[in-house]
Amino acid sequence: MRTLYIYLLTIIVFTPFALAQDADALLDEMMSEQSDITSATFKASRVILGHSIEQAKKGEMEFRISHRFGQLNGGGYELWGLDQAWIHFSLEYSPIDRLTFGLGRSNYQKTFDGYAKYAILQQQSGRRTIPISLSVVGSAEYKTIKNDIPDFNNSHRLAYVAQALVARKFNDNLSLQLSPTFVHRNYVESSEMANDVYAVGFGGRYKLSKRISLNAEFFWVNDLTGPEGVTNQYPLSLGFDLETGGHVFQIMLTNSLPMREAAFLTETRGKWSDGGIHLGFNISRMFSLHN
Amino acid sequence: MRYILIFTLLLISFLGQAQDKYFTKSGFISFFSHSPMEDITAVNKQVAAFLDIETGEITFAALIKSFTFEKALMQEHFNENYMESDNYPKATFKGKILDYDKAALLSGQPYKVKVEGKLLIRGIEKDLTTDVELIKEGNFIKGETLFIAKPSDFDIKIPALVKDNIAKEIEVTVKTKFEPY
Repeated sequence: MRTLYIYLLTIIVFTPFALAQDADALLDEMMSEQSDITSATFKASRVILGHSIEQAKKGEMEFRISHRFGQLNGGGYELWGLDQAWIHFSLEYSPIDRLTFGLGRSNYQKTFDGYAKYAILQQQSGRRTIPISLSVVGSAEYKTIKNDIPDFNNSHRLAYVAQALVARKFNDNLSLQLSPTFVHRNYVESSEMANDVYAVGFGGRYKLSKRISLNAEFFWVNDLTGPEGVTNQYPLSLGFDLETGGHVFQIMLTNSLPMREAAFLTETRGKWSDGGIHLGFNISRMFSLHN
Repeated sequence: MRYILIFTLLLISFLGQAQDKYFTKSGFISFFSHSPMEDITAVNKQVAAFLDIETGEITFAALIKSFTFEKALMQEHFNENYMESDNYPKATFKGKILDYDKAALLSGQPYKVKVEGKLLIRGIEKDLTTDVELIKEGNFIKGETLFIAKPSDFDIKIPALVKDNIAKEIEVTVKTKFEPY
């Protein structure tokens, strides 16, 4: 009889759990078998200056325009920097979900640039849990501006960047990113300057509303030696992401004039403390190339 | 004797639950928004649903994130800005067939009924009555319906800038193929 009681007990205890009784419970059961990939860690493919782990999805092309005005401390004569403008524009395309290629051009030093970004890990929960997203970026920048430096050849115009992006969306509002970065410049202006520079980016965003987020980004750089008499600065930027239907506007204040990694990590000259700050914005528009 | 008793109890305990219930894990829900600016379609093929053929009760549950759009950015905005799917991950419906007639349902002929119940989206519950056509085909019971849902009923705010892109009334199509549970 004892066995019978155990059987009975087993039936009574386990049957209600074994079979979901309504659609809600059944859905929970189905979801526990799947992984939920975290989306929208950042609103845009850049935190402010530097790459974020976001990228266009398969078959999408992003057109980006970035502007930086002159320094705020330019005074009334320069209309506090508004008289000057630097531009960068780029086309960025994802042939598959996790891979993006970009080509760009800036009037800063007449620079062409190209990059590839690949998402190695995607933050997710559920059946499979990955606490962070990890992407890698490789890029090259080619300055075409004319100069009269002796023995200067075309390979001197090139600089390379390798970067890892480690990000986590902590909750709906808060996302943080760490970006260890390596820059190699084929040419430097003086013998004190290093060809290889290491940097670590610290970036984050906090959503103020569904469509507005406050962003901050700082890059620590291991060597700030510039050409004779010049000290480079750590790039520090503060900005807002404003999202409308298909556009993301990023409005920022930054002490960096260049808009690509090799240059903003090694040629940032503005000082926040004495108003060497640029007003700037990035505009991004996404196009779907497939159906 | 003991084994017969145990077997009978087991049988009763399972039959009691199983026989009168039909279910699916692959129900289909799509919605369609028509506006002067653009047409938007989204599809979810992982909808959970139950149909109790004793009582005529129907339940549905869909994960908001499982709706897929033609454009990835639309899908992101749908989840982030409109449905807030991190806060409200599911939409559910609980209802029952009005004037339910089990024999008509099992007849193998199309069984046209009204289903009345509560639709829960974004934590807001609304009454919904919709025309449903059910038909038993072999072991399966197929069901289909179409109804209108209004974003404004569920406190979905559409900014002025895109108000011409998103319809005031969204057409929702539901198709299911229930199998015995």
